[in-house]
Amino acid sequence: MRRYYVMGLFSNFEEAFSTISDIRHHAVPGVSVDDVTLKSPIEHPEIEEILGDRGSPLPKFALFGAIFGMIFGFLFLASAQATFLVQPAGGKAVITLPSNIVLSYEMLILFAVLSTIVGFVINARLFTRRHPLYSEKVSLDQVGVLLELDEKSVEPMKELFKKHKVLEIREEVAE
Amino acid sequence: MHTKDINENIAWAKINEDVLRSMENPRVGYWVAVAACILMVSCAVLAEIYQYQVGMGPSNLNWPHMWDLYIATFVFWIGMSHSGTLLSAILHIIGADWRKPIYRFAEAMTTFSLLTAGLFPIIHLGRVWNMYWVLPYVSDRGIWPNFRSPLIWDAFAITTYLTSSAMFLFIGMIPDLAICRDNARGWRQKLYTVLSLGWQGDDRQWRHFRRIYLLMACFLIPLAVSVHSIVSADFAMSIMPGWHITSFPPYFVAGALYSGCAAIITLFIILRYFFRFEEYMTIPILEKTCKLTFAIAMVWSYLTLVEFASVWYGHDMASKEALIARFTGAYAPFFWVMLFCGIVAPFGLAFERMRRHLPTMFVLSLILNVGMWLERWMIVTPTLESSYYPFAFDTMWPGIVQWAIVFGSFGWFGLLFLIFVKVFPSVSMYEVKEMVFHRRHYHSEEQAVKFHRRATDRQLTDQPGTEGA
Repeated sequence: MRRYYVMGLFSNFEEAFSTISDIRHHAVPGVSVDDVTLKSPIEHPEIEEILGDRGSPLPKFALFGAIFGMIFGFLFLASAQATFLVQPAGGKAVITLPSNIVLSYEMLILFAVLSTIVGFVINARLFTRRHPLYSEKVSLDQVGVLLELDEKSVEPMKELFKKHKVLEIREEVAE
Repeated sequence: MHTKDINENIAWAKINEDVLRSMENPRVGYWVAVAACILMVSCAVLAEIYQYQVGMGPSNLNWPHMWDLYIATFVFWIGMSHSGTLLSAILHIIGADWRKPIYRFAEAMTTFSLLTAGLFPIIHLGRVWNMYWVLPYVSDRGIWPNFRSPLIWDAFAITTYLTSSAMFLFIGMIPDLAICRDNARGWRQKLYTVLSLGWQGDDRQWRHFRRIYLLMACFLIPLAVSVHSIVSADFAMSIMPGWHITSFPPYFVAGALYSGCAAIITLFIILRYFFRFEEYMTIPILEKTCKLTFAIAMVWSYLTLVEFASVWYGHDMASKEALIARFTGAYAPFFWVMLFCGIVAPFGLAFERMRRHLPTMFVLSLILNVGMWLERWMIVTPTLESSYYPFAFDTMWPGIVQWAIVFGSFGWFGLLFLIFVKVFPSVSMYEVKEMVFHRRHYHSEEQAVKFHRRATDRQLTDQPGTEGA
């Protein structure tokens, strides 16, 4: 069966959320709220109440980066300082903890930031081609509800969109 | 009197239109400022070429004054960098949404201040071709830089701060770059298409975006504090009288925030005029920034007095003489001007009428920053005038080459900043939309009544029943 992308553009969040709420209550058989992608000019503060908590693994990336940065920073400095083991150190510590803590702290933050950015790029699916139904109006002032549907669900979904005063409906065959 | 931070009835489409138009069509003053900055940079470039050819003599950088304006100005620019990212991050975490129209240029200020600051240690070296010696690499003799030196800590800290704050600025700009991409033509469209990284504004992207922005804000706050603490360690870790002071790290951080806030006021007024941002950079937002600056000015004033008091009561003779020399010696006039600009002048910010008067605030913010620049100079130079040994007592004045390079650094910063605000949106469109949306939906009188009623209803329903008691 052919699959379709269908997107309804709404003038505000309220209409879009009403549509999603109906989808949640199985207004269109075979379509669930998990199939919905919401496109909007801003992130609505109550989005999680509408779409459900979809989570984000970015804190794990940050934690991994921080731990890696701390360990790498300390080992890098210690290994560099260890070259002085062959020289008389004049009674001073070869691997100096106070200075290494300062520098490891900087490395902790640097790698945590970099790791979080990598996590963001991967999880937000950046560097990918724009969706065929992407509309510039979404970056202006309209809210889009996008779904990937079976052929039989397309018309009922359009009807649902119209019921909620959709401004425009776009449709494309999914590849 | 108008007290709203922003008009919540402004249409989203108009926000896009106003900000995008500003990038195409600034006032003539913008071009005059660009020309002035180019002229200033030219002065610095000529001075640096001269210094490169003949050495450090014309700068008057000689023993015992090995550090002078270059290092003072380096500290000044590092300090200037602090308010942008640090305040943006703090205000973001505590949910102060009045930051939204102004944080973008403040964060850009951070990045360009750091780029300007980074030039000074290189210029200060004299042998600029050896600047890479400060980087943590192993030489052909198998020797690394001395990691116990605060100067190496500087290299680590500033590199980390520059990378992180530039990333913070860029990440925060991605949704706006997508807006620019959707509306631009020609070279701008190509640039924004690459930089927007394929942003489409879907819920997945927004969800992760919100999370990364919060995480980066959390990382940047301690980082910013550590960076200026480390810069203060350049002085405090030495045993020089006037530098070896325990309170230097918080003193430097407070000074950094102070000068950065004053610079935000200056740039706020300039951008508001150049790009006709009266609807976004509003007087109530300026007032809040001024109040914040005043609070930080008082913290800085307190720490300044603590520094004097701790030296005085510490009764270390060399330190005490260095302190007295600052009040009465050859540099005393500059020291007193610094105290006036840094401690007395900010009281102008305490008056509402002055806070709401743009020309007054513009002049006052410049005065505050003159004070903060003098503060850095008065930290660096007077100590070197009166060190431990009488044979090292010497008063030296910076040469014209130093003055020219310092002067040009303001042009360099200004030029980078002006190019940025012309190419990229200096007001965050999506954040202003959020601000407007939030205020329209959650701060309106109807909503307040509705929420109040809901809360009251809940209180009533939550009352424990008395049946069966």
